[in-house]
Amino acid sequence: MDIKGIDKIIEKHGGVAGLLIQVLLEIQGENHWLPKEALERVSERLRVPMSRIQHIATFYKAFSLVPKGRHEVHVCTGTSCHVRGASRILDAVKDHTGIEPGETDVDSKFSVETVNCLGCCALGPLLVVNGKTHGRLSPAEASEVMKKYG
Amino acid sequence: MARLNSPEDLEKLRQEVLSRNDPKRPCISICAGTGCIACGAAGVVSAFEEDLRRQGLGDKADVKRTGCHGFCEQGPAVVVHPDGVFYARVKPEDVPEIVSRTIKEKKVVERLLYVDPATGQRVVHESEIQFFEKQKRLVLGSNSRIDPGSIEDYLAVGGYSALVKVLRTMSPEKVISDIKESGLRGRSGSGFPAGRKWEACRNAEGETKYVICNCHEGDPGAFVDRMMMEANPHLVLEGMIIGAYSMAAHDGYIFVGGEFPLTVENVGIAIRQAEEHGLLGQNILGSGFDFTVRLSIDGGSYVCGESTALMASMDGRVGEPIRKYDHATERGLRARPTVLNNLQTWANVPLIINQGVERYRSIGTSGSKGTKVFSLTGAVVNTGMVEVPMGATLKEIVFDIGGGVRGGGKFKALQVGGPLGGFVPENQLNLKVDFDELGKAGLSMGPSLVVMDENACIVDTVKYFVTFLSDESCGKCTPCREVFRQILKVLNRISGGRGREGDIELLKELSDVQRDATLCALGQGAPSPIDSALAHFRDEFEAHIGEKRCPAGVCRGLSAAGPR
Ligand SMILES: Cc1cc2nc3c(=O)[nH]c(=O)nc-3n(C[C@H](O)[C@H](O)[C@H](O)COP(=O)(O)O)c2cc1C
Ligand code: FES
Repeated sequence: MDIKGIDKIIEKHGGVAGLLIQVLLEIQGENHWLPKEALERVSERLRVPMSRIQHIATFYKAFSLVPKGRHEVHVCTGTSCHVRGASRILDAVKDHTGIEPGETDVDSKFSVETVNCLGCCALGPLLVVNGKTHGRLSPAEASEVMKKYG
Repeated sequence: MARLNSPEDLEKLRQEVLSRNDPKRPCISICAGTGCIACGAAGVVSAFEEDLRRQGLGDKADVKRTGCHGFCEQGPAVVVHPDGVFYARVKPEDVPEIVSRTIKEKKVVERLLYVDPATGQRVVHESEIQFFEKQKRLVLGSNSRIDPGSIEDYLAVGGYSALVKVLRTMSPEKVISDIKESGLRGRSGSGFPAGRKWEACRNAEGETKYVICNCHEGDPGAFVDRMMMEANPHLVLEGMIIGAYSMAAHDGYIFVGGEFPLTVENVGIAIRQAEEHGLLGQNILGSGFDFTVRLSIDGGSYVCGESTALMASMDGRVGEPIRKYDHATERGLRARPTVLNNLQTWANVPLIINQGVERYRSIGTSGSKGTKVFSLTGAVVNTGMVEVPMGATLKEIVFDIGGGVRGGGKFKALQVGGPLGGFVPENQLNLKVDFDELGKAGLSMGPSLVVMDENACIVDTVKYFVTFLSDESCGKCTPCREVFRQILKVLNRISGGRGREGDIELLKELSDVQRDATLCALGQGAPSPIDSALAHFRDEFEAHIGEKRCPAGVCRGLSAAGPR
């Protein structure tokens, strides 16, 4: 994402410091992570110190300060999925990728996140890969799904 | 679209919309809410569009993408109007058959009908399905007739008529006194009388006042608030406009969790449409009243649902709660008088105005009026979004509407109120949906009800909630940083088969510190699941500690029979 794209987002929000979170959310949405240069630009344009931006970028879960892998894996660990055995699904994903939730592997192949209720509890336990939902899974089926992505 | 400059203009538009709608014309309404989309609803929608065209019926029938109807278990759900034939779990392959049989020949496709598990009978209409039959769908009822992207659909079901009534016939004071008399209480679970908040805000000093809709829903197992918003955003907007009018507030915000992109999108569209129609902005329907609504998206933090954290977050700061020395109705957002209500609270407002106070008050218990919407999930047969009158018992929800425990399993507990709520054992399922009754039982009327069967472990679920709260706490209070960690240490010990005698007492002691020495309701409410688990399921803790056994076979290192 280049400086122009960032400026456009800032301008869309009127350059108002109070809308800092909305600006960062939009950059995150477009770019999938928040590069340091982007944060510096936001700091400069909104006249908000970097320390406050870092505070926000680390406080809220929507933000990532590192690039994501090619395949974004989300395992729902909402309450309903939890009581239906989501932790075994998460185990299968961890086994396959070798990483913990919140991490990206060294080859940048997978990023794994746990998420709260996705609104499709009827399908639980479930995982979402690159936006596609795989539901009503057993741990073995979860491993099969992961294999399809390499 | 031309701006509507008076209530009469709006009624004229409504008549126009209604006269265009031929009640006999087939309309295929497809649930395309966030839940059904995950089940493949988008493919079903395009299959219908294509197939109607292919069979030359493109101009003979409408396809309507609606928000969540509620019966997620059977999604994607399709209802074919005008006869209201209900098809369950429809796949794109099924579509040509529905089009040729039901649209062309007016016959039902037997194999796609819902089968009542109790009787084995096929059911043709939604209203005959037990899941729907036992609900009272005052707020959710129109969802299956509304495309959330169409303000005209909302007008067709009588939308914005409460606003018209208010602007034509009611003074702001009268609105407030009606809301007070209606007995409307905060649907977040707080149960705070909405009318009292509104009155305090109206009477507060200052020109600038704010109203906020809390559609954050950080409870990790709930989806109703966002799903309701997604399905019928104009209902919430109408409630907010009426509220703002009564308090002379000119700025409104909708604070919404960002995890459901479709919800965010639908609210944005609804706000734009309402502006274009002159229902938001300057001089609303020619009344001289100005009100704008903006969208504020949450960055993903549970504690931001709390009022002071929410207002900090809306101002571009981290969501750390502060001590409430002042009422938000006097000093809230940006230190101005502010009313924050849950989305369901706002959604009840048009209903109260339309029906009148008397009729609204006739539903519910002496202290809790109207209905409440929950997400019903977990180990239940019918997962979905359910609306029941206040006073319904939890048993009716789980067994009559929910169809009981799935897979013929045995019921263990109902989790009520999320991470700050508790567990209800079978012998207490006669508890009623009522703010005071649930409050007395140590529970809050949050958005989620999660059924737990014998395959779920209470110790593990308590650990799940404490882990969640410890992660989500803002970290400002020492107990939130330290006591959570100690509680987790004890819980990990117990679930790992290393529990000691005295651990239960230690948990209780730590809970007491947590409750007494924290600042906001997150810290103070955290002991709630621990307390209720120990009160009703102490034997499970004892099995883990004394016999090194996890009866549900969930905790790693332990099995149902003993240590692994
Ligand atoms: C940790 C925490 C999280 C909360 N999350 C929400 C939420 O997601 N949605 C909500 O409406 N209220 C939430 N609340 C309650 C709000 O602080 C506030 O009481 C409520 O929005 C008022 O609305 P009501 O009076 O209409 O119920 C939360 C409170 C706490 C302490
Ligand atoms: S808890 Fe997983 S989708 Fe709701």
